[in-house]
Amino acid sequence: MDWTAIGLSLELAAIAAGVLLILGLPVAYWIAFSERRWKFLVEAFVSLPLVLPPTVLGFYVLVALGSRSPIGRAWTAWTGHGLAFTFEALVIASVLYSFPFAVQPIAAAFSQIDPTLLEASATLGASRWRTFFRIVLPLSLEGIVAGAVLSFAHTLGEFGVVLMVGGNLPGVTRTVSISIYDDVQAMRLGTANQTALALLIFSFAVLASVYALLRKPWSVGPIA
Amino acid sequence: MRLIASIQKRLAPAFTLDVVLSLEPGFTMLFGASGSGKTTLLRALAGLLTPDSGSITIGQRVVFSVVPPINLPAAARDVGFVFQHLALFPHMSVADNIGYGLGDAEPGLRRQRVRAIADSFQIGHVLTRRPQDVSGGERQRAALARSLVLDPTLLLLDEPLAALDHATQSRIIDDLRAWNASHGIPILYVTHAHREVFALGERVLVMDRGRIVADGSPSDVMDAPGREPIAQIVGFENLFAATIVDRRPDAGTMLCRLAQMGTELEVPLAHTKNDSSVRLAIRAGDILLATDKPHGLSARNVLGGTLAAIRREGPTVVADVDARDRFVVHVTPSAVDGLGLVAGMPVWLIIKTYSCRVVSA
Repeated sequence: MDWTAIGLSLELAAIAAGVLLILGLPVAYWIAFSERRWKFLVEAFVSLPLVLPPTVLGFYVLVALGSRSPIGRAWTAWTGHGLAFTFEALVIASVLYSFPFAVQPIAAAFSQIDPTLLEASATLGASRWRTFFRIVLPLSLEGIVAGAVLSFAHTLGEFGVVLMVGGNLPGVTRTVSISIYDDVQAMRLGTANQTALALLIFSFAVLASVYALLRKPWSVGPIA
Repeated sequence: MRLIASIQKRLAPAFTLDVVLSLEPGFTMLFGASGSGKTTLLRALAGLLTPDSGSITIGQRVVFSVVPPINLPAAARDVGFVFQHLALFPHMSVADNIGYGLGDAEPGLRRQRVRAIADSFQIGHVLTRRPQDVSGGERQRAALARSLVLDPTLLLLDEPLAALDHATQSRIIDDLRAWNASHGIPILYVTHAHREVFALGERVLVMDRGRIVADGSPSDVMDAPGREPIAQIVGFENLFAATIVDRRPDAGTMLCRLAQMGTELEVPLAHTKNDSSVRLAIRAGDILLATDKPHGLSARNVLGGTLAAIRREGPTVVADVDARDRFVVHVTPSAVDGLGLVAGMPVWLIIKTYSCRVVSA
């Protein structure tokens, strides 16, 4: 079993999920509560990774992060090495690729909150921040946890984008899915089976514990 | 504390809120059909909706004006708002709901104030429970306490008691009156229930299509509507165009002929401007219905006709009667059973002279 790859994948998924929570919350908030007419454009853009082949996304990320791109050059100037085929590049690509998996459940949870609860909070003198932390967050905890878990699980299982952006460097960018692919290509089916099974059991355990935790602690919405 | 407001807000091509009002401390009822703009007015006062023009002054404080541009957000207006469905926070205890607006207060002081207001609204015993685990009346009290603990300068109530039985309703209102005796703020109470206007209000504003069309004491406005839109709003189901055929000043009455089918009705004498055409308004609940021709009545108007249709609407039964002209009559379900009312049977209508209101056209 490729423990290095498993460890790398878990690290990548955890970091991506963390970054996605931080970036996803404001985006989801905007999608749920904005009344801009062009909101649908943002929603469509956020959902793009759901329909694009990972190679397309991976290709653009690679170009965007490459040594000739402004981002790539700035990164090189800052850190002294290129961005493509690094763990950092994988994180960036994973965040982009899993974005809809974080944003959609959170935005759905936000928009299910009865808007009069937010108005009530305002008439009680609460700032937007206080309303967000005291009302919006607790009432959409379920969606937020779902978003975090889904983006974690989705990152854990990604393949195409990793291959395009990260390549296959052991301990740096060789994640579980790539390790399994390598094993199969090399006819090391036993090893592939072990790693695959470990990933499957782990993924199931994570999802099951989350769904168990989320058995409706309270109902969301107005009380008639 | 006093509220002075002038609010204009165009909400749809055919609907503009256009209201000028001034509220003194105490209860003012805001009455009108649904869609007349009552809730919209409340939202504008609370800062949940920005008017196109106008100004809002609460006490000495201007909370909205166009010149100079002032638009305090809802959170800074000190306006209490009790929503129709209360909007209690379902994930917090009653105590946390009530203390929500006291966020900055020191915890000990906060507990003390929550306890005090909860006691004065008689919900001290449910403070640790969630809103969904207490009774409907206790929820209303919690919503009131949550707003009042902040000492608002104006309280807006959007039909908050509509779902409660009358006894519970009036107990809550008594507690609210007691609270306001020492605070003296204007309370604007939205309702579309006739009964609440009489039971609660010292003053009533009638709203129709975004405007205030009547303003006065409940009995002035609701019982003697001088203008037809108000008659319709306050629930005169029967409205007829009519001409005066005979004035009887000695009897204090006059005889009117309905324009459509010529039914004659004796109505109270009214002064009209050199014009014999008037409109008559009669409440459906003020008309008696008989299955035999009545004798020896004091009522002057007895009309024979046919029961054209009968249908149930909530607790009342609505009967349409063809007595040349078409009348709408409200009867109770037990009367329907007792008299064996069915569509098509002959009936008589009895209408007292003073049940007919003369409204200007």
